[in-house]
Amino acid sequence: MSQYLVRRLITFIPTLFGISIIIFFVMHLIPGDTITAMIGTSFKLTEAQTAALRAYFGLDKPLPVQYLRWLWAALQGNFGYSARDALPVLPLILDHFPLTLELSVFSMAIALLLGVPLGIYAAVKRDTTIDLAARTFALVGLAMPNFWLGMLIILVLSLYLGLAPNAGNYVGFFVNPLANLKEMIFPAITLGFASTADVMRMVRSSMLEELGQDYARTARAKGLSERAVFLRHCLKNALIPVVTIVGLETGYLFCGAIIVESVYALPGIGWLLLNGITERDYPVIQGTILFISFCFVLVNLVTDLVYAWVDPRIRYE
Amino acid sequence: MSAILKFVRYRSAFVGSVIVAIYCCLAIFPGLVAPYSPLDQHPIDRLRPPNATYWLGTDEFGRDQLSRIIYGARNSMGIALSSIAIALFFGTVLGMIAGYFGGAADSIIMRIMDMFFAFPSLLLALFIVTALGPGAGNTILAIALVYLPIFARVARAPVLTLKEREFVQAAVLIGARDSRILVRHILPNLLAPLIVTATLALSWAVLTEAGLSFLGLGTVPPNPSWGSMLSDSKTLMEFAPWTTIFPGLAILFCVLGFNFLGDGLRDVLDPRIRA
Repeated sequence: MSQYLVRRLITFIPTLFGISIIIFFVMHLIPGDTITAMIGTSFKLTEAQTAALRAYFGLDKPLPVQYLRWLWAALQGNFGYSARDALPVLPLILDHFPLTLELSVFSMAIALLLGVPLGIYAAVKRDTTIDLAARTFALVGLAMPNFWLGMLIILVLSLYLGLAPNAGNYVGFFVNPLANLKEMIFPAITLGFASTADVMRMVRSSMLEELGQDYARTARAKGLSERAVFLRHCLKNALIPVVTIVGLETGYLFCGAIIVESVYALPGIGWLLLNGITERDYPVIQGTILFISFCFVLVNLVTDLVYAWVDPRIRYE
Repeated sequence: MSAILKFVRYRSAFVGSVIVAIYCCLAIFPGLVAPYSPLDQHPIDRLRPPNATYWLGTDEFGRDQLSRIIYGARNSMGIALSSIAIALFFGTVLGMIAGYFGGAADSIIMRIMDMFFAFPSLLLALFIVTALGPGAGNTILAIALVYLPIFARVARAPVLTLKEREFVQAAVLIGARDSRILVRHILPNLLAPLIVTATLALSWAVLTEAGLSFLGLGTVPPNPSWGSMLSDSKTLMEFAPWTTIFPGLAILFCVLGFNFLGDGLRDVLDPRIRA
């Protein structure tokens, strides 16, 4: 296991490099001058002032040098300063991140609590009405844009139940758990819907596969009840692929949160990013994208390690 | 012929192709079906609920929703098809080169693809559109870049085994050029997985375009797009729920159509999965 851990950690570092290179160079695709982008167009600078600023920020250096300087600063936690209010970007991100993290964790919990039992049940009751209903749910869940689902939920809540989700007054979970849950439950359902469908589909197919394996037949042949075959023999193996999907989904949840936060007006990291985009605040955009991608890669790394720990076959490949 | 017969037997492929065909017709000939121009404003008929004149109601400028949804199909399908076509072409070329020549070409191409894989897809698309600016062309480019690595992977894997097969070795022995071997002998064997992936990728592309337009980064108003129609309806939905419901249904059925078609095609074309 430790050998696998080292091998996997070695591939982690180049991935982070790759991400940082893409982010840095895509930022340089932005048309227009960086200084203008920083200062805004309302101030007119003289040539000399622009040149002095370029030299000050190191923008007169070649791109690879600029990249290395930026990377070195980022590694030390310096993501630059917001162009709008001159606040350092990293603390800004860390301020908004807990909400996004909480939203993603809740959504994942919903996806697992509903998706796993539904998937098992659908597999056990294969080709019945229940199975058909579960499969239809999976199809719709994966085809439905989450922002539309969010809007439908708000519509039903406000129009028919008179329960408008109170946008804009978010309280932390540890400050007031009840108020926090009340505000987070619908965004979490919205975000977790597609993941529930995905988890359900995965569990169903892997359960069906396990039920057809030789060891399941042996268990049946020696006279075990179908229930024991399901619960004692197949379930554990069927849940192994769920580990992978949890990892992948968590990454996508961070990303889906951007849209869901905008639907429910929640001040998470997605809100920060979209605000940055509207205000053309490039250090914020660059910082949030770097941060979200870093989390995504980290979650994938953890998933791979957990997977190798659960399924020893992986380690020896 | 047998493939076509099988295709009809597979219900989901059939349903999927019917849905996709309908959307394609709407996208190609919106003028024949749409009762109004998508940009025509009817100020007296603002925010009308669905009725005999405006089947799906009107928006805050009195524009006919049905017409906007139909023209939106042209926009969404156009963006999805062009971006996936670009991704399919370049991804396949890169994947084939990587798999066939191996060595440094393989390492360099696939490491670059891995770099793109390290991003969640929507985030990368959003980032690229932010850098390039909104608009159909940039949206197409962004979605194409996001999905290109998938096609490179799908194309590369079978090439690794195909290049060791006798028919390829024979072509090498009679002195065929690499380009001829790749196009005439290897490519036909890659078509099945590539077509299936492309169909499924179309559904992701439709969702990505809708998401970007919803965030105000994809299609530029007043051009109709399902995503931006939903974004506009954010402030209207309490008085005009039809502005929320119908554009969303249009996205849902379009994505379902591609998913059905992709799953069905996989059953028809890939004998390994068919049990």
